[in-house]
Amino acid sequence: MAYVVSSVAVISIAWLAIVPLLLFPPLLLLVGIPIGALERPRLGFLEPLTVPDPHAPAPPSGWAWVRLRVTEAATWRELGYGACLLSVLALLDLAAVIVVFLCLVLLGLPLLVGLGANVRFAVGTWTVETVGQACAVAGLAGVPATVVTLYGISVLGGAQAAFAKWLLAPTGTEVNRQVEELARSRSRLVNSFEAERRRIERDLHDGAQQHLVLLTMKLGLAERQLADADGRAGELVGEAHEQARLALATLRDQIRGIHPQILTDFGLGEAVRELAERCPIPVEVDLDLPGRLPPEIESPAYFAISEALTNAVRHAAATRIQISGRLNGQRLALTIVDDGRGGAEPSRGTGMRGLADRVAVVAGTLEISSPRGGPTTVRIDLPCRYE
Amino acid sequence: MSLRIVLAEDAALMRAGLVSLLEGLGHTLVAAVGDGDSMLAAAREHRPDLVVTDVRMPPGFTDEGLRAAVKLRAADPSAAVLVLSQYAATAYAAELLGPSGRAGVGYLLKDRIGEVADFADAVSRVAAGETVIDPDVVRQLLNRPRTTNPLDRLTTREREVLGQMAEGHNNPSIARTLGISDAAVAKHIGKIFTKLDLPEADGHRRVLAVLTYLRS
Repeated sequence: MAYVVSSVAVISIAWLAIVPLLLFPPLLLLVGIPIGALERPRLGFLEPLTVPDPHAPAPPSGWAWVRLRVTEAATWRELGYGACLLSVLALLDLAAVIVVFLCLVLLGLPLLVGLGANVRFAVGTWTVETVGQACAVAGLAGVPATVVTLYGISVLGGAQAAFAKWLLAPTGTEVNRQVEELARSRSRLVNSFEAERRRIERDLHDGAQQHLVLLTMKLGLAERQLADADGRAGELVGEAHEQARLALATLRDQIRGIHPQILTDFGLGEAVRELAERCPIPVEVDLDLPGRLPPEIESPAYFAISEALTNAVRHAAATRIQISGRLNGQRLALTIVDDGRGGAEPSRGTGMRGLADRVAVVAGTLEISSPRGGPTTVRIDLPCRYE
Repeated sequence: MSLRIVLAEDAALMRAGLVSLLEGLGHTLVAAVGDGDSMLAAAREHRPDLVVTDVRMPPGFTDEGLRAAVKLRAADPSAAVLVLSQYAATAYAAELLGPSGRAGVGYLLKDRIGEVADFADAVSRVAAGETVIDPDVVRQLLNRPRTTNPLDRLTTREREVLGQMAEGHNNPSIARTLGISDAAVAKHIGKIFTKLDLPEADGHRRVLAVLTYLRS
């Protein structure tokens, strides 16, 4: 009901808006676009889900926008819908609204007669004159007519909405294109994060770390100069030297977490071996890789292994970990098994889920099997074009 | 002893700092350059006693310095090279020790230049033909957890001696550091080699053998 009534409002506004456009007919070709934009949200009256925009992203204005829109099938479907809306649907909806009005008059007849309004209701030669007659008409004709009308209107509304959805919603290809565009933009985003991490790592190396190294050097020289001097100065410089050393060590650890230089310089095999060397529990590494893998594969693989090791040590109380990796044709298969207590839930904790997302970006998969009591097995599978 | 040194470091501030430190230690800087290729050219031209180089340098800012050092050692076995790295990883040390040369070679964490005495010592040891490996790298290797740890077969003293060997110290130096006699050091080393089944070697090859063993 609301849908059909609001249709009438939309149609009248659209007609009013179109009249000036008649002065410049070519613009009428694109008139479907605003109508579509107006109509899709209105389908919300009847559709549980919002109907997405079928158009591809375009420059906000100008010729490029027009050129792109003219080539899109969605634009022409919208134009067709606009034409139907403003002609056939306009008449149907107007008729429906008039019928609703008549029903209301019939139902309100006793009230109108009672108030002495100047109404005359006649069927043939018989005229309604008393409130009683008016009640009889309202009851016998008004109520059934209203029921039938409401039913008819909901059918009309449903049919009109289905028709609108058919023409205004994205088709299969358009949805696929949107999904592809989303996948591409996600991968661009991840790549730019990756580039940003490298930049931050290099900035820290070249900036803060360099200054700290020079500071420790100066303090080291000062400590030597003051070694034989009396008083607290030498001791204080010594303490300052130790502080600067600690600051350097902390910074170095943090830089490694952002992006390890060894991964860039020596690749996944050596970087994982180094992770194993630093891990507080024994790690057996069995990686059989023929050489360097593409950086967009090395990076998620490295961070996934790093996270798996951290989880095994921190949460699973494991006492040993095995890492194995093989390149099978065009796929890199990595397995990390620990002997800990298991029960890991990937849905909780953001670490592994974030990694699963990163792996998914390069069309890989990450599976975790962690029954209560262990063992926990993390399997990572990455498509990998090895050069 | 005053050494003639070629320095390769791309960051201006760090280069100035290193120049003043090395000159403060009584050495002569014959060239201070900012990338690997210039370092190779300067080393050919000046034939210095020692080349000190950063790992990460232009144009790619990855491991150009290390690659240039390896190239230099392969081309000129008499060239002594000390590599300074922002990052302690055994892979770098192993790469550097790969080509066998007669001359000294060193891999130090850049932070080490703050320990002025240790750094001065490393510079003269490498120039004198010894091998120097950063203590952090060795510590990382020695403390690495293992499922079956053959190092458990060593006594505490033997582990200390093994660490000193991995850092590149020669027998007299180990004896001095640990305060024991040369003969005792030789005895410990003999036992270590037997217990770990290491091939007998000396100089770089001993360091390389120990590092390779510790990494495997």
